[in-house]
Amino acid sequence: MSGKTKTAIRPGQVSLGKRLKKSGTLYLLLAPSFIIMLLFTYLPMYGVVIAFKDFTPAQGIMGSAWAGFKYFRQYFNSYQFWTTIRNTLVISLYSIVVTFPLPIILALMCNQMMAKRFRKFFQVSTYLPHFISTVVMCGMIILFLSPSQGIIARLLGFLGIQMPNLMGQASAFSSIYVWTEAWQHVGWDSILYIAALSAVDPSLYEAATMDGANKWQKLVHIDIPMLLPTATVMFILRTGSVMSVGFEKVYLLQNTLNSSASEIISTYVYKMGLVSSQYSLSAAIGFFNNIINLFLLLSVNYISKKMSDTSLL
Amino acid sequence: MEKKKEENMMGVKVQKSGADQIFDFFLYAVSAVIVIIMLYPMYFIVIASFSNPADVSAGNVILFPRGITFKGYRKLLEYSQLWVGYKNTILYAAVGTVISLVVNVPAAYALSRKDLCARKALTVFYLIPMFFTGGLIPTYLIVKDFGLLDTFWVMVLPFSVITYYIIVARTFFNNSIPGDLWEAAQIDGCGNLGFFFQIVLPLSKAVLAVIALWTAVGQWNSYFNALIYLRSAELQPLQLVLRNILISNQTIGSMATGAAAVEAKQMADLIKYAIIVVSSAPIMCMYPFVQKYFNQGVMLGSLKG
Repeated sequence: MSGKTKTAIRPGQVSLGKRLKKSGTLYLLLAPSFIIMLLFTYLPMYGVVIAFKDFTPAQGIMGSAWAGFKYFRQYFNSYQFWTTIRNTLVISLYSIVVTFPLPIILALMCNQMMAKRFRKFFQVSTYLPHFISTVVMCGMIILFLSPSQGIIARLLGFLGIQMPNLMGQASAFSSIYVWTEAWQHVGWDSILYIAALSAVDPSLYEAATMDGANKWQKLVHIDIPMLLPTATVMFILRTGSVMSVGFEKVYLLQNTLNSSASEIISTYVYKMGLVSSQYSLSAAIGFFNNIINLFLLLSVNYISKKMSDTSLL
Repeated sequence: MEKKKEENMMGVKVQKSGADQIFDFFLYAVSAVIVIIMLYPMYFIVIASFSNPADVSAGNVILFPRGITFKGYRKLLEYSQLWVGYKNTILYAAVGTVISLVVNVPAAYALSRKDLCARKALTVFYLIPMFFTGGLIPTYLIVKDFGLLDTFWVMVLPFSVITYYIIVARTFFNNSIPGDLWEAAQIDGCGNLGFFFQIVLPLSKAVLAVIALWTAVGQWNSYFNALIYLRSAELQPLQLVLRNILISNQTIGSMATGAAAVEAKQMADLIKYAIIVVSSAPIMCMYPFVQKYFNQGVMLGSLKG
């Protein structure tokens, strides 16, 4: 009843049926992506129930018997639980501390370069490593860090320093991961900040120059405040994904010697699930990780909304 | 030079202050060091790939190649699995790009239309997977149930819908296809589909290029899906072949048998350097020409649509 009166008081509005008919062909444009997403993203979401079941391939997702929280308990009680959580957090937090501020610093430097040619060259050479694939990147890391024949060992050798086998040391793993990550992506990640800086009104700089501000003062009082909103959003994104370190690079750099520091949640999920075929356990670990990620993202978003009015959602 | 020009335009002669001179000195000094750190590892790989492997491992190849040899590259020519991988990756990239454009771009356009019925709900439908997914194992089981395991299609179809691409394209449509245009086209008797294909698409080459590039580069660089979903050697993409050589130290051909162990190791490294060059060169060479599209994409992605 109330719905009808609403349409009645707004004469300009077309009825639902007509609107649907008009949108009909638009749905045709949506259909391919909608179907693919339904089948390969939403159906697996339903498949998560196997985390609560004793899944066997013969009985399928529907047919398997319920197991409750058995597999969650199995993971929480396993010795790998704290190892995987700790390693994931260490790599992730270490990454944020290093790779969050570096692109900002790079962008600030870039913005101060008045020599256009050099600036261009600087930008291109810092982006370039971004296009190296993860596999090649890890291959390079292993080649360079080789204690017997690697270039770094040779260069240190000239200085009389003996290079340890870093790839075989658990304690070196997170540093190798984080600093190579910084090397590869710092230039690329700075693009956004460089764009934000290029949007600064030039009259601000002119006014500051008139007032006798030097370059450093302009950087501190104009550039940095201008970057804050962008930086806040990027920071939210990063902290929201603190429990999800990418599988690809860690898996490739992993070996038996460093596995006590390199076994993270995603590599463990892969090994449990696809290597040792413990589908339900692996699904349970993945689900647990997913829920934590979701919770983190939503809470960080909430906090930032309260504090600064900058948010994603 | 630029600095001077700027000051002259303002009509004021400002002497560079002492503080600014120190600032500039440090700025350019640090930048120069950064450029060296960025470029040297890549430069080293290139010169090591055609230097005498004994010199490379002895540390004699630092700034210039030495004892130039193309043995590494010649070995690669004989290694057929690499070229199978190359061919597969090109196929995956080509087909994957077409599919990506076909599924993501029309969806983005439909979602950009304010008069789409249930637009809010549909947008949420596409957004949810950014925050929550089924995870590796359930996805694997579903792909298996569809019989896609170890097929060509698993590499290009199931994961072709990317919400981020849709958001980027939608932002583009919102900002650069004026609403009046649709009003006018309607008066001329143009339907939704006709409008999309004849008017919107020709105006959207920039965003099409961005999404095509992202997909192609993504296909070129990814190995995860192949690792999970493919078994047969003849379907392996380049990155998986590279992994076998660079990480798992799978040796190539006969070189490990006759020669002394040290020489074999040096030769293996030489092949690695060469393979890195051969597999990265296409993307790196393409990069300067398409750089502006990449940058545009990053900007579009950062705008709220």
